[in-house]
Amino acid sequence: MAFQPAKQVYTGAIREVTLGSGDKAVTVGGKKVFPFHSFEGTIPHPPRVAMEVWDKDPSAEWAEAAKAPFLDVLADSAAWARKCVDQYGAEMIVVQTKSADPNGDNKPAEEVAEVVSKVINAVDVPVVIWGVANHEKDTEVMRLTAEKCSDKRLALSPVEEGDYKQVGAACLAYKHVVVASSPIDVNLAKQLNILLGNLGVAGQDIVIDPTTGGLGYGLEYSYSVMERIVQAALTQEDEKLQQPIIANVGNEVWKCKEANLSAEDAPALGDPARRGILMEAVTAVGLLLAGADIVVMRHPDAIKLVKQFIAKMT
Amino acid sequence: MALTGIQIFKLLPKTNCGECGVPTCLAFAMNLASGKAELEKCPYVSEEAKETLASESAPPIRPLTIGTGDYAVKLGGETVMFRHEKTFVNPPGFAAVVGTDEDDASVSGKIERFRQCQFDRVGLKLRPELFAVRDAGGDAGKFQGLAKKISDETGGSLILMSGNVDALKAAAGALKEKKPLIYAADASNVDALGALAKEVACPLAVKGDGSLESVIALTEKLSGMGIKDLVIDTGSRELKKVFEEQILIRRSALKNRFRPLGYPTMIVANEMAGDLMEETVIAAAFVAKYGALMVMSDFQPHSVFPLLLERLNIYTDPQRPMTAEQGIYPINNPDENSPVLVTCNFSLTYFIVSGEIESSRVPSWLCVQDTEGLSVMTAWAAGKFSGESVGTFINKCGIKDKVKHKSIIIPGYAAGISGELEEELGGWNVVVGPREASQISKFLRAFKPQ
Ligand code: B12
Ligand code: SF4
Repeated sequence: MAFQPAKQVYTGAIREVTLGSGDKAVTVGGKKVFPFHSFEGTIPHPPRVAMEVWDKDPSAEWAEAAKAPFLDVLADSAAWARKCVDQYGAEMIVVQTKSADPNGDNKPAEEVAEVVSKVINAVDVPVVIWGVANHEKDTEVMRLTAEKCSDKRLALSPVEEGDYKQVGAACLAYKHVVVASSPIDVNLAKQLNILLGNLGVAGQDIVIDPTTGGLGYGLEYSYSVMERIVQAALTQEDEKLQQPIIANVGNEVWKCKEANLSAEDAPALGDPARRGILMEAVTAVGLLLAGADIVVMRHPDAIKLVKQFIAKMT
Repeated sequence: MALTGIQIFKLLPKTNCGECGVPTCLAFAMNLASGKAELEKCPYVSEEAKETLASESAPPIRPLTIGTGDYAVKLGGETVMFRHEKTFVNPPGFAAVVGTDEDDASVSGKIERFRQCQFDRVGLKLRPELFAVRDAGGDAGKFQGLAKKISDETGGSLILMSGNVDALKAAAGALKEKKPLIYAADASNVDALGALAKEVACPLAVKGDGSLESVIALTEKLSGMGIKDLVIDTGSRELKKVFEEQILIRRSALKNRFRPLGYPTMIVANEMAGDLMEETVIAAAFVAKYGALMVMSDFQPHSVFPLLLERLNIYTDPQRPMTAEQGIYPINNPDENSPVLVTCNFSLTYFIVSGEIESSRVPSWLCVQDTEGLSVMTAWAAGKFSGESVGTFINKCGIKDKVKHKSIIIPGYAAGISGELEEELGGWNVVVGPREASQISKFLRAFKPQ
């Protein structure tokens, strides 16, 4: 008797969400099977890698290895974004509005929105604006940028239970995408999607961020919550969880201690540049296998490794 | 799934003689199914039924061990597809290839790196455990010599890789006490290697031709020879194909209880990629998705370390975080003038924070509050690291009798509790420390408690 492999039954699909406008718009989601399980069903869009740009010079905070590829542009966010697109072939940009952080530089919202708009106008690929998870500040910045760049179909992140009404309204008014963010919990993710639905935000306008933990710092929780969300969406017909997932990988990995230790500080951990790059790539691969549709990354070499992985798996 | 009472009943003599202690075969079958009875109690059960029952109750993926002593690696024994269902039990072993065609410098470099790749984390030692000794030229003496040298000098467990049956015989014969994995039985040598594995009582890898059917043919043949400890290499080297196979193997073994694929699998990453960076990414995929042994071309700490972290994360208990005990931890011999710090009892946090205090060399008292294993921010968000709970703990734990000053340092991320904590502690000075533990050393060196 010929071997009959055990089958997985699927009953649902992840919704398709399109980010950006024009030729370079990108559609994510749409899969009807578990991540990379193309041997048993359709995956219309491969997962994507978005490149991270900060709205301020990160030199004081970044590891040497992460800075090296961008030394010429770190002080100019728009030039940095262009470099990502032109030289590294970025298909999507994430602007992290670090300068807005009330616990840090606390730049006024107008100034932050100004820089963010410059970045958006400097590139033709989709842009995600990633705030600092301070509801008041994020709401201000998001509202200003959403209005300024109303034709761009941006994605605004993180939209949390505490500010979904304000940011959600801005998305609705200017036709942007909501990145619904919840702390590592299937039910909280679902609840936020329901709240957004009640507000009038449609499924094709929501990407979810179930929160990313770094490698060695809670990655396993993110990994499992993503697997559970994808299972609920594809095998339990949980309508409210059938959204594409985004994971803010680079930011999380590179802030951990081991990604930043120099060779002098940690001779036992090997080459610091390759260590950081692999920590980032390993985390991204783990979360892609768990169900992420977009991974936000920092180092061009880590991105290359992950893109190559996606290409071989597709 | 194990057999039901009714399924077991069908295998019993159905004579209801009662010698097993219960009046009917059906009652006995029900007790067997619920684990309340032992099969030996029935003197009349047939040999055939015994075998069926034994194999049905065996774990769906064969557990086995490669190597002995400190570096022994347990493989297999997994019971679920997804880690949120139940803990993955046996973390994959990491191996680097060392070949008979490598010069002394290359071999000793790998030995050196193997020894160096030992990392302490959350109270555990993380490290790779195996060498895959590869016979490059059919010189049986050289192969055996290299395997022995590696084993003697490192204690690492071994995979013996050769296409030459005689070379494998010699090496496995000489090193059988070390329980190496013999690699690999394929269609051309399965009889000879099956006999060898049996003779030396060592685990054996099968290598398919890139199809699961070929693997099944090999494992069925070998299990027919009475060999149980098998490891599967499907022979595929294309990433997408290997991924599909890993999913299907695990799923068939667990869901269909399909015995011929119920064995741990190995991923030969060094034959799937162009360099160590790519190999690392490939190994990373299969740490998550079902590889039990990863073979790579080398040990480099910058590549092994991220994989070890991933392995630690994927193979932790998804229900219960690791915890440290609540209490006062003296670090660097503190006295009555030393600073006092407080943190949560999530194991990871405790080890990171205590490590940073230790390396600052500043004598300090670290008070660890029971937060049920939640990290500082998570515990704070869950109301388990509040001004009140920290205050109650600090008042009761006895630290106030150990120091003459009245200052306590709280984590930067818990700055929000400082007002309430100050009230709870009556007259104490609550100092908000840095957010990241990596800043603790700098902070402590400049800090004077008041
Ligand atoms: C993994 C995780 C979980 C895991 C729990 C893991 C655990 N054992 O704690 C799970 C999934 C269970 C979880 C649950 C929740 N979580 Co949670 N979780 C995380 C995550 C991803 C990582 C946390 C972690 O492990 N950090 C690593 C440890 C080492 O960090 P740490 O303890 O803070 O220690 C560091 C510093 O504080 C410092 N430090 C520590 N001690 C000390 C002491 C001194 C003196 C000093 C100076 C410094 C210092 O050093 C350490 C290293 O730098 C974070 C987000 C993130 N990316 O960080 C969210 C996060 C902490 N969670 C959050 C929330 C809201 C929750 C929930 C309340 C959600 C809910 N409503 O259910 C629940 C609460 C749990 C419950 N009800 O039981 C929020 C908190 C938001 C806030 N600031 O209020 C976060 C920030 C996510 C987010 N952005 O929304 N979570
Ligand atoms: S001893 Fe065996 S045959 Fe007799 S009743 Fe029990 S199960 Fe049936």
